[in-house]
Amino acid sequence: MKRSRLIMRTSILAVIAIALAYTFYSNFIADRSVARAGNDAVNFALQDLEGERFELEEYRGQGVFLNFWGTYCPPCVKEMPIMEDLYEEYKEQGVEIMAVNVNEPELTVNQFVNRLNLTFPIAIDKGMRVSDAYGISPLPTTILIDEHGEIVKVHTGGMTEGQVKEFLEMIKPGT
Amino acid sequence: MKKVTCECGHKNPHGTEICESCGKPIEENLEQKKLLDMRYEGVARRSQTYTTTIIDKIWMFFSSVKVGIWLIVLTLLASALGTLFPQEMYIPPTANPSIYYAEEYGYLGEIYYLLGLHNLYSSWWYMLLVAGLGVSLIIASLDRVVPLHRALKTQRVTRHTNFMKRQRVFGTSSISQEEVDSTFSKVRERLEANKYKISEENGNFVAEKGRFARWGPYVNHIGLILFLIGCMLRYFPGMYIDEHVWIREGDQVVVPGTDGQYYIANDRFLLEFYDENDEIFGEAIERSGSPVVKNFQTDARLYERTDADTVGDLGELVEVAEHPIRVNFPMSHDGFNFYQLDYKLNELKTMSFTLENKETGDTFGRMDIDLYDPEPSYDLGDGHEVIIRDYFPDYFLNNDDVPSTRSKIPDNPVFIFEMITPETPEGEVSFVGIRQNLEPLGENDYKMTFVDVETNNVTALGVRKDRTLPILIAGGVIFMIGLIQGSYWAHRRIWVQRISGDVWIAGHTNKNWLTLRKDIDEAIKETNLKSPLDQVEEKEKEVEVPNQTNKNED
Amino acid sequence: MAALSGNLLYVAFFLYLAATITFAVSVTGRKWRDKAGEMTGNKWGFIGYLLSVAASLFAIGYFITRWVHAGHAPVSNMFEYMTFLGIAIGLAFNVIYAIYRSNVLGMFTLPIVMLIVAYASLFPREVEPLIPALQSSWLTIHVITVALGQGVLSIGMAAGLVYLVRTLDFTKANKRTRAFEFVMYSLISLVGFILIGYLFNAMNYEATFNYVNEQDVETQMEYNLPPLVGPNEGELITENRMEPFFNAPAIIRSNDLNTVIWSLISGLILYVALRLILRKRIGGAIQPLLKGVSPQAVDEVSYRAIAIGFPIFALGGLIFAMIWAQIAWSRFWGWDPKEVWALVTFLFYAAYLHLRLSRGWQGERSAWLCVIGFAIIMFNLVFVNLVIAGLHSYA
Repeated sequence: MKRSRLIMRTSILAVIAIALAYTFYSNFIADRSVARAGNDAVNFALQDLEGERFELEEYRGQGVFLNFWGTYCPPCVKEMPIMEDLYEEYKEQGVEIMAVNVNEPELTVNQFVNRLNLTFPIAIDKGMRVSDAYGISPLPTTILIDEHGEIVKVHTGGMTEGQVKEFLEMIKPGT
Repeated sequence: MKKVTCECGHKNPHGTEICESCGKPIEENLEQKKLLDMRYEGVARRSQTYTTTIIDKIWMFFSSVKVGIWLIVLTLLASALGTLFPQEMYIPPTANPSIYYAEEYGYLGEIYYLLGLHNLYSSWWYMLLVAGLGVSLIIASLDRVVPLHRALKTQRVTRHTNFMKRQRVFGTSSISQEEVDSTFSKVRERLEANKYKISEENGNFVAEKGRFARWGPYVNHIGLILFLIGCMLRYFPGMYIDEHVWIREGDQVVVPGTDGQYYIANDRFLLEFYDENDEIFGEAIERSGSPVVKNFQTDARLYERTDADTVGDLGELVEVAEHPIRVNFPMSHDGFNFYQLDYKLNELKTMSFTLENKETGDTFGRMDIDLYDPEPSYDLGDGHEVIIRDYFPDYFLNNDDVPSTRSKIPDNPVFIFEMITPETPEGEVSFVGIRQNLEPLGENDYKMTFVDVETNNVTALGVRKDRTLPILIAGGVIFMIGLIQGSYWAHRRIWVQRISGDVWIAGHTNKNWLTLRKDIDEAIKETNLKSPLDQVEEKEKEVEVPNQTNKNED
Repeated sequence: MAALSGNLLYVAFFLYLAATITFAVSVTGRKWRDKAGEMTGNKWGFIGYLLSVAASLFAIGYFITRWVHAGHAPVSNMFEYMTFLGIAIGLAFNVIYAIYRSNVLGMFTLPIVMLIVAYASLFPREVEPLIPALQSSWLTIHVITVALGQGVLSIGMAAGLVYLVRTLDFTKANKRTRAFEFVMYSLISLVGFILIGYLFNAMNYEATFNYVNEQDVETQMEYNLPPLVGPNEGELITENRMEPFFNAPAIIRSNDLNTVIWSLISGLILYVALRLILRKRIGGAIQPLLKGVSPQAVDEVSYRAIAIGFPIFALGGLIFAMIWAQIAWSRFWGWDPKEVWALVTFLFYAAYLHLRLSRGWQGERSAWLCVIGFAIIMFNLVFVNLVIAGLHSYA
């Protein structure tokens, strides 16, 4: 009698404790962003400024350095030349850079790209569909996708040269 | 656990105060007190009896009404504290809270911010308080409802004299033996007419009414628990979507939170005001000094993407809903609700210029620049061409004195034009913004003259999906049912017994004693029974009498 | 229609006054009854009840005619809401009186109804158009239910006051009598405020200041009472008006502060005058009238009123409020100050109902709680609306 009552009480308290613990975890600790490390990267297709179609899935087997940016975001502007400097070197090693502009006028983006002489693929996310699919809110946000199409890391905020290099290293195929 | 056997033979659980069956007070010390404590029928609350393990101690803690009241009071105080200054969500969205509170409310505001009270209702400790309330609701109810139910079920008609004597409403009458039977049946009839349920045993009877009111508190607690569970589920992934989206007139955007499944278009945004000369409202509008808004409305169209194509590829869109969204009249589709939340009037859309010869004043052509997608160059005919060298939708000079844009919204558009004419084939550069026309590379022969501007309105819609609503609604309904059940009915019992030749009447109710006595008086009308007295009131009178005489003396 | 509506309210007001007087006579009349015979006391009570019911009917007449005139239920600004709260208290009294026939309750409740209706009339009385957020039938449902709930809860407070007057020992100066006198002083301050407000309204008093507000912007502020306190760096621009004694800092709305000071001072003068005339505490002066009242019965009336009012308030103030908020603002709860204070009210009465289960919390403590509960309701209505303005700000 006394024993069964204790079991009863323990189980009721345990159920309550687990439910509350999960709620608190989910509210205060858990990462609830759409794109997070460990998830498969959502496939998307965009036309780059050259008019080439870029579809993520076609880059299986390569690492993809996916950067969301805008010309009105100073840290984005700052990291562009760094990415440009490292682009060719890592392309050879199987890492592609893709910079997705968050729906600015083509003219603005073109002038910006010409001014900085950027050569890596840049696309404009008209209608913000890709940004929405990746749940992008602060700029810049960089998403590192490995050769299996899995997100390795999500980085928000500007990057130093060292960081860009480190990130590119992270998604080199075969590492 | 040891059972306590009453002299009537009923075995009561340990901790019982009043025998569940006959009502005889059990504990020795209870004998001393004048009136019985009838709360929960004097049953053994489950928690009171075993307190050996830590589990039992936690259980006992949450089972206590006192703890429950403390939790209510603490929640109350904490909630009130949060309204001292506005919460973070109600301060201007551009304000930096770390500065805002100190600036706006001084020293106290700074402390308020530092203590995190600007986000009080989502703080861990506030949530913990509410969670504590929830746990207390569950355990305190469980602990009481089961034994109470058993006690009410096992109660016997004939009660111990000690039980009768120590009821709050109690009285005895001596009537002749011949009368007793007829009196009893008369009283019974009257009570039955008053919707009392009668149970009889050995010539004694108990009349009972509204027992279901006793379950009211537990029913409303179940409702509250359900409601709290609903609120808790909100934090589980996929249960709740809360997004918002800005849409320009004529534009179509993906609905956030739908994985690109839905697109929403804004055909028109409407802002209407009340007529200042309105016969009924004119006076009030005049006093307020500014126009009063009558309507915010977005004529929206919802599209669904049919072929599950790759994100970014548009695929085919099918219109699934069309609705004028107004405040208080959201659009619903597939569990998603779209609310009119905010708006921005007259956002720049296109700007029109013409090329003008400064000397002669002759103008050449007209160019309409779509501020969201300007062309690289505009041919104005006859060898006149304007190239846009650069465009800043929301111009400002950054810290390095370089022209930049603050955002992609054309709130302050600035262009750097290159003007090519037959006379100036190598091109002249001008810097043109709103009420600005500079010539950074020296004096020009031509200038860009502003002709026209077109604006449109932008609407902000809220996108919500809330799967917890059915649970919340069920919780609310059950809560109200329980509350009404417990508040608008009272559980009344009247015991009428023959004891040593006299007729004893005792009454108990969980509230509204005056009504209980009225019921008894009504039942014994036209009999020789004496109306029982309210022993609490009698005692009060005893205390009052000396007081009153004192007062009269001075 | 508008004029008719206003007149109906006037009639109702004077009927409340008549009912108050009648109930007062019925309560004090007991002394004469002993000499004159049995009947007088009871009869006066019944007449008072009839007058009170009549007043409620006229008040409902006001409500309906104004509704027809405006095209929406007259519960959308301070004047309308507060007036309706007064009416609701009157209605609640009629119901409770029907159960308990307590004349003394009428003597305490109806003056409060009059005070609230008179106070309401100091706010702008024009029929206002509804902003989009208020254009919902839930406005009508929510507000009417809340007012009815608060009305019934107010009866609990009135009965609590009766209990306190009846049982406190006013010959002694202690915490309890001081607290009670403070309650009396607060009510008298409200009377003072209303009198002064009407006086200067009738004189069309206006004084305008140039001042610098909390955002360092120069702007103007209008006073409807002579300025004792001026605004931050205030400069009087109306002629023939008194200069303020000092200026308030920028974060304080100085004309509101000025109004508060005026009511406190006028309340103090009235209170001191009353004390001098009565030569005892206000409570002590009323006490002898209530000799025949059973504290036990009054306590029950008070508890009953709270038990009836609480579910209505919960339904209107929380449940209907949530439904409406879900429809209008897309979330059923937003921690807006008005919402929070409705929750505080709910929690307070929930605590009260649980405390009543405990020994020692019936009677006097319970009566004090009822008074505090009413203070919370009034705080939410007046202070939260006017000072901590949120989504519900009507003004």
